[in-house]
Amino acid sequence: MTTKPEPVNGTAPVRRVRSGTSGGRQRLVQWTFVLPMVVFLLLFFCYPVLRNLTMSFQEWTVASFYEGGSPFVGLDNYVELVTDPIFGTAVLNTVLFTVGSLAPQFAIGLGLAVFFQRRFPLSGALRGLLLLPWLLPLVVSGAVFRWIYDEGFGALNQLLLGLHLISDPVPWLSSTRYALLSAIIANVWVGVPFNLVILHSGLQAVPGSLYEAAALDGAGPWQRFRHITLPLLRPVIAIVLMLGLIYTLKVFDVIMILTGGGPANASETLTTWSFALSFEEFDFGQGAAVGNILIVIALVFALFYLRSIRDTFRSRGGRG
Amino acid sequence: MSTTQRVINTLVGIVLVLVFLAPVYWMINVSLQSSEALLRTPPVWFPFDPTWSGYAEALRTQGSHLLTSLVIALGTVLFTLLVSAPAAYALARFRLRGTLALVLVVLLVQMVPGIVMANSLYPVFSQLGLLDSYAGMILADSTLTVPFAVLILRTFMSGVPGELIEAARVDGCGQWRAFGSVVLPVCRNALITAGLFSFLFAWADFLFAVSFTTGNTIQPITVGIYRFVGNQTTNWNGVMATAVLASIPAAFLLLTAQRYVAAGITGGGVKE
Repeated sequence: MTTKPEPVNGTAPVRRVRSGTSGGRQRLVQWTFVLPMVVFLLLFFCYPVLRNLTMSFQEWTVASFYEGGSPFVGLDNYVELVTDPIFGTAVLNTVLFTVGSLAPQFAIGLGLAVFFQRRFPLSGALRGLLLLPWLLPLVVSGAVFRWIYDEGFGALNQLLLGLHLISDPVPWLSSTRYALLSAIIANVWVGVPFNLVILHSGLQAVPGSLYEAAALDGAGPWQRFRHITLPLLRPVIAIVLMLGLIYTLKVFDVIMILTGGGPANASETLTTWSFALSFEEFDFGQGAAVGNILIVIALVFALFYLRSIRDTFRSRGGRG
Repeated sequence: MSTTQRVINTLVGIVLVLVFLAPVYWMINVSLQSSEALLRTPPVWFPFDPTWSGYAEALRTQGSHLLTSLVIALGTVLFTLLVSAPAAYALARFRLRGTLALVLVVLLVQMVPGIVMANSLYPVFSQLGLLDSYAGMILADSTLTVPFAVLILRTFMSGVPGELIEAARVDGCGQWRAFGSVVLPVCRNALITAGLFSFLFAWADFLFAVSFTTGNTIQPITVGIYRFVGNQTTNWNGVMATAVLASIPAAFLLLTAQRYVAAGITGGGVKE
């Protein structure tokens, strides 16, 4: 990362002369640079997180907004959540969605990264084009997939029927059997570029001489990948998976526009459920409680993430 | 690698891109069909007979939403750079107590799920009259962009030669003047990168848009598409035309600023 000390050679004396006269004032001026950001972080991160915590212990209804009043109810919201049959579904769906998205995203991203590591004409331009899905608004991608998945006229069913891979149109979005899978496929498409970019930049850091040496020793492509690429890429892989996980946990747009969490909660994840509780049922207390569960999960993986970037930093520093 | 091998690689690469970007092609293809053509089986695979009716409908029904998103995105860029640039500079340059902790905090806040912010800010926005307002949307969207911009700008700004800044300081510039007249011009590219991504994040935001707007006064384009799709009698050529129009910023970014894109993805370390 970027924690290296600033180069101050030769400039330190100048600073000392100036700060000798007005060190305190100087520091005060320096703080004015960070102040706006600190205020923003306090108002728009600290406050919401704390407020979300207190809201989860309160009972909210539509009336809370008009007449005020959201009485303290202790752990009631959490108890209600856990005993709600949707809870189990949402947790399971969240796990399936996350793992089901991450594994193919990573595999495809790594495959593409390795392929585009080769030098050939247009390599860079083609790799650049593959970033498009990551840049498109998720709502746009969701809308496109929604039409592709359309049972009667969607391109996917038409294609599969034409190839005689299926005999009847598949209700991709309207059947409880396929809804989650359909959302996962769309989300994989969205997430591949992120994996590709990070893994590709990781691959660039692997010294080419290692491959040459291994090739001289008679190592085949798979052996080189297995014994050189993978071990050296390990820290980057950790980062990409950790970030992917945190990012996938809060996927909202794709599911909302494809299925809205339905049919019959078949594609409901904790994130869409939290939204439904708050903004459709106006039970902000329960919505907040689900949100807090998400925060805890995200925080656990965030700590893993911070640890792994610290390790990369160290190992990089160690190698010089 | 022999020439044939390279050519084969290029061909494989082209096929991979074509397959992977098929959904994007489909969006464009459908946007150019008439509503009747969309109900044909097998579908019309190529837009040999394009019509612009989808775009006409898109502009008629979604044009104002595109404009709303444009205003929100530009406002977010402005607000984000104003807040982030000085902070990034301070975190990169000044040895203030607690700066390292602050960097850590900035990294961590990116991981707070958006739904939590939407949930807890809604009552506040409701009280302050920030629902259905540009100011509210800009502030909310800035939660997506400020941490990202701070991290990416900080990386660039720690690379600005200290001699440059000291020279300005010796000439009698105050900290802020040195920042404005020396640091910012040198970091132009980084500011462009942070600005472009901030624009894109705000433009693409759906969660805050659907949470904090009711559609009575302003409606960002993402919510426009969402409600458009939810409509039972949807004209899909109109939806796809809107989708194409909503993709213009992304395509623009990819075509004109590709070298910044990879920097944006890797440099910030995190994309929410």
